[in-house]
Amino acid sequence: MADSGSEDIAVIGNTDLTPSESENNLKNTMVEKGTSLLKKMEISVAEAEKRTGKNAVNMQETYTVYLIETRPVDAASEGTNPVPDSLWRRYSEFELLRNYLLVTYPFAVVPPLPEKRAEFVWHKLSADNMDPDFVERRRVGLENFLLRVASHPALSSDKIFYLFLTEENGWKETVFETGFQAKADSRLKALNATFRVKNPDKRFVEMKHYGDELQSVISQLLRVRARAADRLYGVYKVHGNYGRVFSEWSAIEKEMGDGLQSAGHHMDAYAASVDDILEEEEHYADQLKEYLFYSDALRTVCRKHELTQYELEMAVQDLTSKKQQREELATGTIRTFSLKGMTSKLFGQETPEQREAKLKMLETQIEEGEELVKERNSECDEFVKSAWVDIERFKEQKDHDLRESLISYAIMQISMCKKGIQVWNNAKECFNKM
Amino acid sequence: MSGFVVDSTVSSGNSSVAIPTDISGQILDLDEDDDLEVFSKDTTVTDGSSFNASMQTSPASMINQYKFEEDAEDTKDIFVTVDNPESHVTAIETYITYRVVTKTTRSEFDSSEFEVRRRYQDFLWLKGRLEEAHPTLIVHPLPEKFVVKGMVERFNEDFIETRRRALHRFLNKIAEHPIFSSSEDFKIFLTAAPGELTSYKKQGPGFLSRMGETVKAVAAAVRGVRNRPQEFTEMQEYVEAFSQKISSLDKVTQRIVREQKEYLEELKECGPTYALWSQSEEELAEPLKDVAGCVDRCCKETEEQVKNLNDNLIPVLHEYALCTDTLKMRDDLDKAEDRLEWANNALKSDWTRWQKDMRTDLRSAFVDTAERNVNYYEKCLAVWESFLHSQRTDAEGNGNVDFS
Repeated sequence: MADSGSEDIAVIGNTDLTPSESENNLKNTMVEKGTSLLKKMEISVAEAEKRTGKNAVNMQETYTVYLIETRPVDAASEGTNPVPDSLWRRYSEFELLRNYLLVTYPFAVVPPLPEKRAEFVWHKLSADNMDPDFVERRRVGLENFLLRVASHPALSSDKIFYLFLTEENGWKETVFETGFQAKADSRLKALNATFRVKNPDKRFVEMKHYGDELQSVISQLLRVRARAADRLYGVYKVHGNYGRVFSEWSAIEKEMGDGLQSAGHHMDAYAASVDDILEEEEHYADQLKEYLFYSDALRTVCRKHELTQYELEMAVQDLTSKKQQREELATGTIRTFSLKGMTSKLFGQETPEQREAKLKMLETQIEEGEELVKERNSECDEFVKSAWVDIERFKEQKDHDLRESLISYAIMQISMCKKGIQVWNNAKECFNKM
Repeated sequence: MSGFVVDSTVSSGNSSVAIPTDISGQILDLDEDDDLEVFSKDTTVTDGSSFNASMQTSPASMINQYKFEEDAEDTKDIFVTVDNPESHVTAIETYITYRVVTKTTRSEFDSSEFEVRRRYQDFLWLKGRLEEAHPTLIVHPLPEKFVVKGMVERFNEDFIETRRRALHRFLNKIAEHPIFSSSEDFKIFLTAAPGELTSYKKQGPGFLSRMGETVKAVAAAVRGVRNRPQEFTEMQEYVEAFSQKISSLDKVTQRIVREQKEYLEELKECGPTYALWSQSEEELAEPLKDVAGCVDRCCKETEEQVKNLNDNLIPVLHEYALCTDTLKMRDDLDKAEDRLEWANNALKSDWTRWQKDMRTDLRSAFVDTAERNVNYYEKCLAVWESFLHSQRTDAEGNGNVDFS
């Protein structure tokens, strides 16, 4: 947990490292790269509890709350262990926090939440949200989320985030008061921009494709892995039948009895060992899932770029057309078709006064338009700059984390093989005594 | 039990097969050892299976041959192999023959080496003859005549190989058996040219099986069995229970093979998925490709392991399951005469011998399986360790601070 203030760093190739240890190391890396928040404060999601209460439509419901504990860093390192500050939050509040961050920091690749509903389950795992294993894995995922936000250069200094960690009551109201919901882009607007934008930054276009590919390939991997886990479970468990039959058989044999009996025990041990093996693999699957959801955050940033770029392009287009109208009016030539132009052709020219008035209006509009273009231009530039910085930061984080995950997967496989070798060597000895 | 001599006496003039249904009044109260002595004193010669028309062998030498010696292996004087399957096509049918090579120092064989080709039918014939001649002894089973479910073609390579191994085991069991290996039928099987074998087969069962019947009848008339039924019942119970266990083991192993195959199907998709992923990545491309390679290699090892189970453990379990079917049939011996047969120590020795064989065979099959499993895990271990190693050297090469 986060109170492992230790500086231990993973040693690659240390095959004795358990997957949960290497997960710890992941957290330590985040703390180390520390932002000012994490240097001051330790954060953890310590527990989960079931609650029942009345919901918005006054109906009874059961839900889970998670205990967020925070503790000043100094106190822990001084050796005194004061009681941490803590408060309870439910999943929907985490969602609210994240939505707020998404809107408020559109250039940031916002860390994802653990999944809302269990997906990619293999048969033994429950798909039920109330299932204790699912709740436990979610607790870990929520803690991970908070640590990720707390180590993000921009997000960690957000006031609402700080309040989320420290102020139980009234936090929701405070969030709504920021009016962030009004700033949210409509999906339709975003979709429209994606189709119509003419000159998005190529890097963002590539990033978006990468996000698509990442999502597709990780989904596939998770699916395949879940099915393989299911099958592997079957293989191990059937060996348990050997245990039963050997045991029964040993009862009718004289010389072979002992050997068979003990061999049977080893077969039972073998069958039982798969539970731990697959539980560890779930950790690995969760690490992959985090990046599956991250790919969505990445694409969100790219889409935001398309939107800002599109709005800039619209403003420019608008300005250009207004300038053209002015030119036409000034020189009297009609180069662009307009209904006004046609009617004036048909029904006679306007009076000079009318033209004067129109020109004046256009001038104002052009001025405003130029301001808008300038604004949008700098918005776009700033966005591109800060988004690209965060994307680069994300890339590095992803490469590091996923490599660690692959390594921990290899360590898991090695541990599984070692167990297998041990069991079958033991069984062989027993068989020899038959 | 030390070595003792097989079997029955032949008393002249008694060709009647009728046996009184209740002989309890005539049964002598004997225990094992007394029985033993009586038999060896009365010994005159033959056991029906080795009787041949010309009676070339002397009783003395035959007695020597029939000893159930524990150290039979040290004096093994006949070696048989089955190999080299070949396909033959005629107008009517296609069939496979196997080469049977015999090397022996036994005097009743005209030469020391023989090579013949035999087809499955011939093996069936031999088994039938041995069973006829010795209805109460245990003949090792032959692989099934027809294809097991799941296979499409009778002449599939794997099937032929599995069958070849089973035929090899079958002949070796016969060769190792003190009574069967002296069988004239066995000798003909190993040595006759194809034409000879066909005409020998045509001779028909008559003579030998009649011998068998006589032997049975005589044996029945000879010894009392008041204290045998209990042993017999024990054996029956054991056979029943053992048969269940073996057939369970057979089923469990087949189920394991099925599950492994399904696991393999899924695992085969993992490697390519990692490879696909590596195409979208830069820094991660290398480790992802490596993981893909590791998963693929583990797939190959798993495939190998499944094949091993199929080729080694399953045939042995299956044969013993077939064995027990035969054994159970013998158990319908309600008739007193057959129980008397059981009194025959030769039968008991055969049973003991069979049990010992069974233990050896099953032990080595399971030990072999355990060894192969260890092997499998060791190979997979090596694969993943080399991946870890390469990651560590990569990291150090890139000056990546985290992995010091």
